[in-house]
Amino acid sequence: MNRRHFLRTAALAVAAFAGRAVAAPLAAAEKFFKEPPWRRKKPYWGYAVDVAKCIGCGRCVDACKTENDVPREPFYFRTWVERYVLRRTGEVSVDSPNGGLDGYPAPREPESIAQSFFVPKLCGHCENSPCEQVCPVGASFKTVDGVVLVDRKYCIGCRYCIQACPYGCRYFHPELQVADKCTLCYHRITKGLQPACVENCPTGARMFGDLSDPESALTKFRETERIQTLKPHMGTEPKLVYKGLHKEVR
Amino acid sequence: MHASYMETLREAMSMVSGYIYPNELELQWSVLIVLYPYITGLVAGAFILASLERVFNVTAVKPTYRLSLLMALAFLLIAPLPLQVHLGQPQRAFEIFMTPNTSSAMAMFGFVYVWYLMAVLLVEIWLDYRREIVAWSKSEPFWPKRLFYKLLTFGVDNVSPRSLAIDDKVGRALTVIGLPSAVLLHGYVGFIFGSIKANPWWSTPLMPVIFLFSAMASGIAGVLLVYMFLCWARDEHIEMPCIDTVAKFFLTALIVAFTLEMLETLQTAYEAEEHFDIISLLVEGKLYFSMIFVQMFMGSLIPMFLLGLCQLFELPEKVRKVFYSASAILSLIGILAMRWNVVVGGQFFSKSLRGFTTYKMELAGREGLVSALVLGFMPLVVLALLLYLLPPWGESAHRRKEPA
Repeated sequence: MNRRHFLRTAALAVAAFAGRAVAAPLAAAEKFFKEPPWRRKKPYWGYAVDVAKCIGCGRCVDACKTENDVPREPFYFRTWVERYVLRRTGEVSVDSPNGGLDGYPAPREPESIAQSFFVPKLCGHCENSPCEQVCPVGASFKTVDGVVLVDRKYCIGCRYCIQACPYGCRYFHPELQVADKCTLCYHRITKGLQPACVENCPTGARMFGDLSDPESALTKFRETERIQTLKPHMGTEPKLVYKGLHKEVR
Repeated sequence: MHASYMETLREAMSMVSGYIYPNELELQWSVLIVLYPYITGLVAGAFILASLERVFNVTAVKPTYRLSLLMALAFLLIAPLPLQVHLGQPQRAFEIFMTPNTSSAMAMFGFVYVWYLMAVLLVEIWLDYRREIVAWSKSEPFWPKRLFYKLLTFGVDNVSPRSLAIDDKVGRALTVIGLPSAVLLHGYVGFIFGSIKANPWWSTPLMPVIFLFSAMASGIAGVLLVYMFLCWARDEHIEMPCIDTVAKFFLTALIVAFTLEMLETLQTAYEAEEHFDIISLLVEGKLYFSMIFVQMFMGSLIPMFLLGLCQLFELPEKVRKVFYSASAILSLIGILAMRWNVVVGGQFFSKSLRGFTTYKMELAGREGLVSALVLGFMPLVVLALLLYLLPPWGESAHRRKEPA
């Protein structure tokens, strides 16, 4: 390699690096400031829970199990309802007997209770879903309309996704031997119906809708209420949001 | 089976303390997934020991060179079995190769594994044994064995000095590639756990490093023990300079692994984040025996003390042998406990950080104790077979010149 050749190669390499040095931050910034996907895709499904409205009747849990053939045993749930009891002493107790399906036992020493409330739980259909990320074969995937699903015919049953979900929303189906989770009743919502849990909620605590529609009740709710997600530090960006979430709820 | 499993889970319900998410009652990764990183660790450790001699010219450990390679192979052949048995749909396991999800750490397992097995370990063993394989293919009196060797020659029976020199060169180059591959294989296993942000007991960047060094300790301990056992069984003289050197590396790996574990523990305790309370309860409660006593005290401190004594004082040969084998056995148990504490321990507490579930190991059944014991001992059976087919003793020192 003569000197001229060397200098030419070196100059090209420097130019390539310089080009990247300009382009890379721009690409990163574009990624950082990108619009949420529901600005680009229609429809894009979301979900909201108004904690104050939940009365812990468990009809949603029952409806979900019936609609989706979820095993009836008390350790398989696509959705469940937690009861929080906060006492004046600072003690916090949480329970969800049979997922809240059969109601709750009366709390002891009611006079010592500072506040008590119910929190419905279900899959957040996270934008950055860790379950989808870790699935070794891509059986866990996100649909174009934003719903995280499991392909039962493709899942190998390694259970890595169950470990990766920070919210405990997945379980291992004992008969099918594959991972299972909330589908937002995909078979219903694609026909214009509501998910079974939303349809059966007597108080309107559960809300489902199209995030891409600026006029939908869900969009209005998200725009006007102070909403939160569970475990925001996980960076999973759930599309399930809560109004009135207490700091003790995890 | 199904009904009895449901019964087991119902029983487990009565043993839950505090609050767990309802889906968390069932422990997803059982004792078989404890075995998996344990076996893979033995592979990586044994191979790293072998590469000491080949790459770094630590000639003292030469008597263990071939044994280390065969051990690595025996354990590597069995390593995917616990995973396979554990899968809900084992017949679909091959999809990991066919349609891997590139963002999944687990999907990379197949590739790392196949690379390590096919491109590194098998080729290296073949090159190292080629001269003998050619000789055996001609002299072996038992015809099926002779046929086996004949097939293993792949039609190449050139054992001229030049050809052997090329074998040696390629073999050395392969070990240089093999070393990072072994590190990758086990570091990757640590990453499987370390990358799960949902679980604070697992989620630490130190996890792959801790796994790696404990793997080295376990692999070296395994080779040391098997070497001493084989010498005893074959009524051969144990090469003391060899096991003295192996013990030094063993001690080094133990010290680094233990220090990293302690650093990790200190960091967690000092930062005392949201999950600290539940983790303290875990360590002081459900994991006290298996972690504080078995893993740390029995599996790390006592072996370090015994091996340290051998370094500090000139102990008689007999005492050193006893200390070495005791340390190896203890740390092999300790590292198995470490895998248990990571895999099962990490699933004991709820991601709500409010309570604990329990693990009732079945006796029989696909993921029961019997199954785990069979899978745990299987590598030793494979090793015995490999030792029968490819005896590592005898001419092992033929091929290379002693370094000046």
